[in-house]
Amino acid sequence: MSATVGVGDWLRTRVDRFVDTRLGADYQVRSRALTVRQNEYGYDAFGFHRDWVKYAILVSRWLYRDYFRAEVRGIENVPADGRVLLVSNHSGQLPFDGLAIATALFLEAQPPRVIRSMVERFVPTVPFASYLFSRWGQITGTPENCRRLLREGEAILVFPEGARGISKPFSQRYQLQDFGAGFMRLALETDTPIVPVAVVGAEEQAPAINLKPIARLLGTPAFPIVPYPPFVPLVPLPVKYRIYFGPPMRFQGDADDDDEALDSHVRSVAHRIQTMIHVGLRERRRVFW
Amino acid sequence: MSSGRDSGGGGGGNGGNGEGRRRVVVTGAAGRLGRLVVRRLHRDSRFMVTGLDRRPFVGRPKDIEHHEVDLRSKKARDIFRHGRVDALVHMGVMHRPRATSAEHYSWNIGGTDRLLEYCLQYRVPKVVVLSSANVYGPRPENAQFLTEEAPLLAAQAFPEMRDLVEIDHMASSFFWKARDVETVILRPVHILGGVHNAPSNYLRLPVIPTLLGFDPMVQVIHELDVAEAIVCALKPGGRGIFNVAGPGEVPLSVLVRELEKPTLRIPHPLAKPLWRAAWRLGMNSFPVDEFDFIRYVCMVDGSRAARELGFHPRHSLRETIRAVLDART
Repeated sequence: MSATVGVGDWLRTRVDRFVDTRLGADYQVRSRALTVRQNEYGYDAFGFHRDWVKYAILVSRWLYRDYFRAEVRGIENVPADGRVLLVSNHSGQLPFDGLAIATALFLEAQPPRVIRSMVERFVPTVPFASYLFSRWGQITGTPENCRRLLREGEAILVFPEGARGISKPFSQRYQLQDFGAGFMRLALETDTPIVPVAVVGAEEQAPAINLKPIARLLGTPAFPIVPYPPFVPLVPLPVKYRIYFGPPMRFQGDADDDDEALDSHVRSVAHRIQTMIHVGLRERRRVFW
Repeated sequence: MSSGRDSGGGGGGNGGNGEGRRRVVVTGAAGRLGRLVVRRLHRDSRFMVTGLDRRPFVGRPKDIEHHEVDLRSKKARDIFRHGRVDALVHMGVMHRPRATSAEHYSWNIGGTDRLLEYCLQYRVPKVVVLSSANVYGPRPENAQFLTEEAPLLAAQAFPEMRDLVEIDHMASSFFWKARDVETVILRPVHILGGVHNAPSNYLRLPVIPTLLGFDPMVQVIHELDVAEAIVCALKPGGRGIFNVAGPGEVPLSVLVRELEKPTLRIPHPLAKPLWRAAWRLGMNSFPVDEFDFIRYVCMVDGSRAARELGFHPRHSLRETIRAVLDART
């Protein structure tokens, strides 16, 4: 038993040394600049730990800089501290858009911010993902969790299109799907500014069609296939990401109103994002660079 | 059957004959946690303690009254009938893993039912029931911090937890039924210390089994802080249901590392069959269903107890975790 512990520790030290060298001094500076409400063991209440971020950043920084060659506009629109909801379009079969937004906030924002996004409720049942996501600051998507984090002054990323957005077929690229009203209730209830975010590029990373009968058979939300091996969208195409952050929007109203009453607020956010998407599409010349 | 006598005639540390002190009956007084609670109350000049348990009270201070009785017996009723009882602290939830569910049921549910009946009949103004934060049940879709309004779903997955959940329900319906009784239900998180409950026993194993790929956040509380929470609950005016959270929350792996114990990480598809086999062979004392407690989160928001009862844990996380190593008998 002690042998396995020994091997584990040895491996961890080696990996740590490798990761630290690769990430370099800039990472250290940014990591120290993060605001973390940690306890005596360095964990926050949701299981986030500063030292675990580096493993994610090593991979996500490569994806962000070298693979998707992300360009960011308007990141100064994200407040330096205090609660904020980032509301973004969602696409691309796999949530690389979320990863890119989080990486942008770590690498480009001054000071860097930890973004908490909400993972699907099945994630806690998946080995390793269950705790890795929480070490990296991700939370199970319940309104209570969001409320608590917003009250504590954190930044939360929301995709109001949810599964409808991420699994939409290629033919519907850059068409926003229906927005849920949950994020607006949270914003009203906790008086949180909303920063609209548009990700341009991700919508082309997996030109998929959705095989609905198979999805229904398997009981999954979607069954996307892409026209190149391995035919399931595991590897995104190396599209170029352009991420736009809009000026914060503030809303007033009763959080307990019917969905219809909140609808105009929700639509104004969706409209802003759609406009930013159009601007982004007009600005870009090509999909891949 | 009474193995103790009233704290007589002004002698001993308890002093006086109990006039002006509130007489608190503690069930499960002979258990490890029970003894801590009894000692804590005994040190406090506001209280006079009467213990109630089927077991003898090992190391009982001389001036503590203790009755070796069954809660369901006439003798238990007599304690309420003959003497004035100012408060009941009910922590007599039997959780012997190997006892049959019929024994559990009869003792736990039958016993609690009787006790609450005595309280109503003999006008006990304060009832404190020690439940557990486990009543909510560990579930993947749980919010990180459950409030007292969350449904008690533990019994769905764990038949073993049925008694605990039912006692909690009985206490809350008593809370509504007996409006002139101040009923307090405490739901503490995993209690650590010299107590022989599942989490402390688990952390005292020489090699700690965990599930490969799972490392949920857990909350722990020091056994003495639980005794303190009970004292807070006994304050006049307090009533309601309260989660009792400890000094913070950490991943399970941190508990294990703090105790410097080796871990055995078992892939979860194998864990249940292996464990079930070991259970049948009598090699361990944890029912297999409790595995979900080391897989999913079951944490609570303790802010109501802090606000309304004024309860704040005094032991740090590190002290709380290390408390399981305290060799106490």
